[in-house]
Amino acid sequence: MASAIFRSFQVHPFLLYPSTLLRQRNGVYHLTTKATQSQTDTQQRQPQTKVSTSSTQSKKLDKIPKNYEAIIGIETHVQLSTLTKAFCGCPYHYGSPPNSSICPICMGLPGALPVLNSKVIEFAVKLGLALNCNLAFNSKFDRKQYFYPDLPKGYQISQFDVPIASAGFLDVDIPVEFGGGHKRFGITRVHMEEDAGKLLHAENGNYSQVDLNRAGVPLLEIVSEPDMRNGIEAAEYAAELQRLVRYLGVSNGNMQEGSLRCDVNVSIRPIGQSKFGTKVEIKNLNSFSSVTRAIDYEISRQVQLHSQGQEDQIVQETRLWEEGSQASAIFFRTITMRKKEGLADYRYFPEPDLPAVILSQEYVDDIIKSLPELPEIKRRRYEQMGLSMQDVLFLANDKNIAEFFDATLAKGADPKLVANWIMSDIAAFMKNEKLTINEIKLTPEELSELIASIKGGTISGKIGKEVLFELLAKGGTVKGLIEKKDLVQIVDPVEIEKMVEKVIAENPKQVEQYRGGKTKLQGFFAGQVMKLSKGKANPGLLNRILLEKLNSKS
Amino acid sequence: MLLSTLQTPRSLSRLSLTRHSHSYTSRASLTDQTPTLTTSPPPHSEILSTRQTLLSRRASAADLALSRLAHLRLAEPRLRAFLHLPDDDALLAQARRVDARIAAGDDPGPLAGVLIGVKDNICTKDMPSTGGSRVLAGYRPPFDATAVKRVRELGGIVVGKTNMDEFGMGSTTEASAFQVTANPWDESRVPGGSSGGSAAAVSARQCVVSLGSDTGGSVRQPASFCGVVGLKPTYGRVSRFGLMAYASSLDTIGCFGSSVADTGILLHAIAGHDRFDATSSKQDVPDFQSHFVSVSSLESKPLKGLRVGLIRETIDKGVDAGVISAIRAAAMHFEELGCSVNEVSLPSFSLGLPAYYILAVSESSSNLSRYDGIRYGNQVYADELDSLYGGSRAEGFGSEVKMRILMGTYALSAGYYDAYYKRAQQVRTIIRNSFKEALSQNDILISPAAPSAAYKIGEKKNDPLAMYAGDIMTVNVNLAGLPALVLPCGFVEDGPAGLPVGLQMIGAAFNEGELLRVGHIFEQTLENCRFVPPFVADDDIAF
Repeated sequence: MASAIFRSFQVHPFLLYPSTLLRQRNGVYHLTTKATQSQTDTQQRQPQTKVSTSSTQSKKLDKIPKNYEAIIGIETHVQLSTLTKAFCGCPYHYGSPPNSSICPICMGLPGALPVLNSKVIEFAVKLGLALNCNLAFNSKFDRKQYFYPDLPKGYQISQFDVPIASAGFLDVDIPVEFGGGHKRFGITRVHMEEDAGKLLHAENGNYSQVDLNRAGVPLLEIVSEPDMRNGIEAAEYAAELQRLVRYLGVSNGNMQEGSLRCDVNVSIRPIGQSKFGTKVEIKNLNSFSSVTRAIDYEISRQVQLHSQGQEDQIVQETRLWEEGSQASAIFFRTITMRKKEGLADYRYFPEPDLPAVILSQEYVDDIIKSLPELPEIKRRRYEQMGLSMQDVLFLANDKNIAEFFDATLAKGADPKLVANWIMSDIAAFMKNEKLTINEIKLTPEELSELIASIKGGTISGKIGKEVLFELLAKGGTVKGLIEKKDLVQIVDPVEIEKMVEKVIAENPKQVEQYRGGKTKLQGFFAGQVMKLSKGKANPGLLNRILLEKLNSKS
Repeated sequence: MLLSTLQTPRSLSRLSLTRHSHSYTSRASLTDQTPTLTTSPPPHSEILSTRQTLLSRRASAADLALSRLAHLRLAEPRLRAFLHLPDDDALLAQARRVDARIAAGDDPGPLAGVLIGVKDNICTKDMPSTGGSRVLAGYRPPFDATAVKRVRELGGIVVGKTNMDEFGMGSTTEASAFQVTANPWDESRVPGGSSGGSAAAVSARQCVVSLGSDTGGSVRQPASFCGVVGLKPTYGRVSRFGLMAYASSLDTIGCFGSSVADTGILLHAIAGHDRFDATSSKQDVPDFQSHFVSVSSLESKPLKGLRVGLIRETIDKGVDAGVISAIRAAAMHFEELGCSVNEVSLPSFSLGLPAYYILAVSESSSNLSRYDGIRYGNQVYADELDSLYGGSRAEGFGSEVKMRILMGTYALSAGYYDAYYKRAQQVRTIIRNSFKEALSQNDILISPAAPSAAYKIGEKKNDPLAMYAGDIMTVNVNLAGLPALVLPCGFVEDGPAGLPVGLQMIGAAFNEGELLRVGHIFEQTLENCRFVPPFVADDDIAF
């Protein structure tokens, strides 16, 4: 726990009376405690270690000196998107006014008792299965005890020695630009627990306030094996976890809102050494790129200390990742948050207010049946369709895009053609308009229809693109648009011949030049005919007839 | 049914002290005889007579409440059983709601107009609920405990909050942060604890029935000390929602009454599953009243065939001779009623006390963490967070609570967990199994409710181990999660008018109905024992 960042805590005289501690205003509880000025200044900011690589962050993987290797493990907290909190009926909405979604149970009032929301178990089982874990059919909740103002009961309901899922793995495809390749990272355990509230510190540092909206929100903690070796692998692991929880619908996985929080453990050792180095924990990572950068920064910091013979200065501690800009200089760094003085004793014991968590095989089987196709399986399926890894990752890594893709395929469209359309024009449109695939007006049915219309020769590829943009922006059906705009391709040779003759008749000078040897002018004629046909002329037919006419010297 | 008829006001005469003087052997010769039915009227149901009075419109709920309240206030300066009493208007408002329902021809509910005392660790909306602790001085919960909610819905009137040992930690009610309650049988003695206020209030007829809580005997021992009926239900029978947790796996809300019938009616009102308590049971709650048999329709051997096991370890060394002889006399009485009484041995019995204290203090060290001065309750001015915690808790908690938090924190600490907490859990399993075994061979088990009658105020205050030892009779039942009924069965000669001795009857899980049925017959047929304290007789107050 972050007890050190909140070291000073002072109570204002008017708050001595309990009634002022909990003021109800407009139906909103305000829980207020007051801290001293020095409160935010007590963070143990160490003089920043100057590390040469710190300001030149890049995506390259060759930053780790060849004679060292890094050992990285990740603890991830995923906030579950249940309708109500884990142990009471309060809803949770990110960003709602402080203490507007609390009740005696999540406030830890005397006499209040927790009752488990069964969705928490369902979501835990889903994720456990998706992470290829062994499920504990008989697990329980435990109390993890520590004091902190955001922890209303003085203990967190968690799982200690019998997590609901353990010993699994997560398969990840590293993006091509980072070297590619398939990696399998071990999952140590997945357990259920409740979130704590939040402390809001006054800007002047004079006081802190407690917001308990988040207290009691269900979390799954996923602990990985120390299987990652660099920042990219760690970030890809986290990204895959995010995809998984989104695919499963157990969390929105949003890092900015704290729905998915990663704490990483980093240690280094010279290659060939079997003993692990001292492990350092890094917190405050709220994007995948910060995961990458923080780890690579931390590796550099540790390697530098080690290579300078100062390995004793790598101590077991928790460091905060900071990135930002100061005086027009961008900086990245990890700073000491607190040193660990031995292991904290949380005095775990079984939670007596909650019955044991017993899973039946039938219950688990039903959940297995309900699982969607997971990202890894989807990627392998796309790969087998003959798509490139780049296409596979683009299509499979976003649940909504994958659904769109699959829905289009279900209408009988050719995978490679669909992939091309999505990856090129549709992706470009979404990027320009800042829309997600769920927000565009084009439906999978119409994309499939469009591809079929081009393939079947009803419209040309060129017209196809026009139709596509119309569909993307305004919606409608392919058939409707073709009819309305009279876009059906002209495949009647007689009709095309007429247009060719008309163009030839209207451009005698160019005909002369062509026949005089300037055959490049064929493109000019083709363009004119196409223009005349409003783009509807079948290009093959057009060119054949055009050449016939131009070369017939009649 | 006996209980449906209104009885004449009880005799408030001084009681006979003859019961304890019967020796086991001299009574044994009487077993073949038809027991003579009691000459003094047996305890009757105050709840049912209140109901009759109201339904026959002989008095209104408001009238009854006022006369009760007058008696309560008269007795209070000497007893100090209540920590909080609502003002008359608030109380009368509750009574008038009952009267309005009667006037409208609606059923006012089985607890209509019944004044109920509620132990101060059971949350009552808009009424202080401190758990007897300074750390919660002035705290008013925003909700009613489920038991209180049910009592109110059934027409009951919460008359006040009763005194208790801080958070239930104690056996004398002396560990209350606010006041010491006197025993109505002898004001120089403790009422027992931790539900001492609830027991004394019923004993002195300050209220009709009361709610208490029982974690290791906190309903049964004070019931014994005060000469009232106390019922500790099966763990899970009554919702704990709104009961300030002491030791969650042992805590139960229990009932006090001056008769078995009243105790049973109150239990029926509060029992049953509650979706706000995950440990509350979904077992059906039978209609306990229908189990009661009228004394006039009792056969000569109304409990024929009932197998009663007297726990040998509870009438052994360390138990007062007077208590043992009262219990043996009670055993004789069971035989007279047709039971077969056998001594049974529970070899694990003596393990209960250490196991109980390890588990109870461990859980309490965790349950009391929430009293940190941040959100409610006592908060001290401090420069930094740790001092705020330390100061608020140091000032807020009494010494007994602090000692138990320290012991519990120790027992749960890394490196000690296996030796203490885990081992105690193993002992708990052994105890549970030994009770199961004993209850497969006996229908009920009996024992004293406490090794002695009520002792003097201050007598054990500085000797916690002696006080803990007093819980030997009751803690095993909590560890096993079983129901137990304590009812007065005799006296020891001490104090101005003798001191009552309670008999504990232990039944199988969720079999409160059988305990109440047997207890009712036992109570109705007990001769020459009137468990009305001199305190009440002196005041000469009739209801």
